[in-house]
Amino acid sequence: MQTGQDSLEKIVCEMTVEIKNADGLHMRPAMQFVDVASRFECDISVSNNENTVDGKSIMQMSMLAASCGTRLKIKAEGTDAQESLNALRELVEDKHFDEPTPNKKKKQ
Amino acid sequence: MKFADFVCFKAAIAELSVTDRDGVIAELVTSLDKAGKLGKGNCEKIIKAVIKREKEASTGIGKGVAVPHVKHPAVKNMVAAVGLSSGGIDFSALDKKPVYSVILLLSPVDEPDKHLQAMENIFRHLQKERFRKFLRQCQSPEYIEDLIREADENPSL
Repeated sequence: MQTGQDSLEKIVCEMTVEIKNADGLHMRPAMQFVDVASRFECDISVSNNENTVDGKSIMQMSMLAASCGTRLKIKAEGTDAQESLNALRELVEDKHFDEPTPNKKKKQ
Repeated sequence: MKFADFVCFKAAIAELSVTDRDGVIAELVTSLDKAGKLGKGNCEKIIKAVIKREKEASTGIGKGVAVPHVKHPAVKNMVAAVGLSSGGIDFSALDKKPVYSVILLLSPVDEPDKHLQAMENIFRHLQKERFRKFLRQCQSPEYIEDLIREADENPSL
């Protein structure tokens, strides 16, 4: 994770997260993502290899079609950028949107 | 994947007969059933499942569109139906405004990636103001089919 910081400059942070839940970033997880992102003042953009979208727009987030295993780059710009990334990482990777991961299937 | 690959044009409804959310869902699922897309005896339980999903969180995501959907074991092949309402439907949308265009998507449970791609496709079109405007204006199922096929061919629409 990189943090560019200056007392007056805008704070810009970036990180990459991996989608862990089996069903991927369908609408309900996308809404959770937007809900968490919208709690912060900073601008949040999310990229897969092809597109960069607004992390606070449910319609745009649904356009990422991010399946399980997809890595997404999240960029936050603003005073609370770092906090927003921490919260989003927790949602995507630690909680995996409160949905099952495909581990069971792999073990079989 | 193209929009026309999973939309059942035979089930399209240019003027929905009801204006309440649950009624609209029932009308579109029934239309897919009549078009022979659901398999015998599945219509009622799929209607219930879509409404249950919709109650968990509205798929009325603003700008006059809603995308009710469900993954259901009775669905063998992913299929979508388009329904329009000139009067507007109360879909408990996120922006509290009426919904004029509904795209209902039914997916099998075991193909989550295909479901994601279909959603991507639907939203890629719906996020364009021109597409939303044209869709709302369609006065027959034939117009709906023409518009969707044209949108597939012409990404700038």
